[in-house]
Amino acid sequence: MVVAVVALALQRNLFAVVVLSGVYSFLMASVLVALDAVDVAMTEASVGAGISTALLLGALYLCGADHTKPLHRPLVPLAVSLATGAVLVYGLLGLPEFSDPQAPIHRHVAPRYLEDAVRETGVPNVVTAVLASYRGYDTLGETTVVFTAGVGVIALLRRRRGEKAGR
Amino acid sequence: MRHYLVLRVIAKLVIPFMLLFALYVQFHGDFGPGGGFQAGVIIAAALIFYAIVFGLPTARRVVPDRVVETMVAAGVLLYAGVGLAGLALGGNYLDYFVLAADPVHGQHRGIFWVEVGVAITVSGVMLKIFYLFAGRRRADDEA
Repeated sequence: MVVAVVALALQRNLFAVVVLSGVYSFLMASVLVALDAVDVAMTEASVGAGISTALLLGALYLCGADHTKPLHRPLVPLAVSLATGAVLVYGLLGLPEFSDPQAPIHRHVAPRYLEDAVRETGVPNVVTAVLASYRGYDTLGETTVVFTAGVGVIALLRRRRGEKAGR
Repeated sequence: MRHYLVLRVIAKLVIPFMLLFALYVQFHGDFGPGGGFQAGVIIAAALIFYAIVFGLPTARRVVPDRVVETMVAAGVLLYAGVGLAGLALGGNYLDYFVLAADPVHGQHRGIFWVEVGVAITVSGVMLKIFYLFAGRRRADDEA
């Protein structure tokens, strides 16, 4: 992953950047599988590596550009990202230890979901039970967000075509 | 892409299995990893693959814009409809317990339809975005 990230940062060929970000997504999916988050890994592999790579390649084709100009002053962005990274790492120090069973997140509602989900919903995959049943409102909201994004893209790109036809 | 014979043959072989896998992910999401969102994305990916190999006009003939746009809205409406069905049967909004005589069975039914709604919207949106992106150059050329 580190290799992919460094190559991404140094690469000026946009085609290679798109392909490398697909590679990065696949590696991220493997990491998520290793962390036992199979549902998230599946989403990452299909959305991050699949669809978004295809869409980015499409965008690249539309722009007709395959090289970016080297940035004039990479120092300011570098400083900003280093500062953000430092703040995030500082925040990490305050978190409970990795996979600590006594961490607050594992003691709030998670035990109830794990113990009662199969009995209450009859669905052995607790992730699905939580997403669709316990957090039904959240998922409805998410679906609405996806819907809104789609409608937004339709509205934006449709209008351009309409203007062209009107001329 | 018209002339890559190997690619076309492989695509024809693989796409049915991709769609089948999407259905597996959709309906087996209760028992294994997966669910509506993943299944929707896989369906869209299969169709985008088809569009890339066989050309956008062919794909638009197989899955017309009208169908895709209907899917975008139909999924959300289905999801919201499941919520309203819970209301109509005397429960709260998005209450699945009342959807069947047996509460556990009701949960199962509610989750199933909700996931179907998510899959329809997600695949519709992804496909629509791809159609619009891929169709741009053609529109510019025509103008």
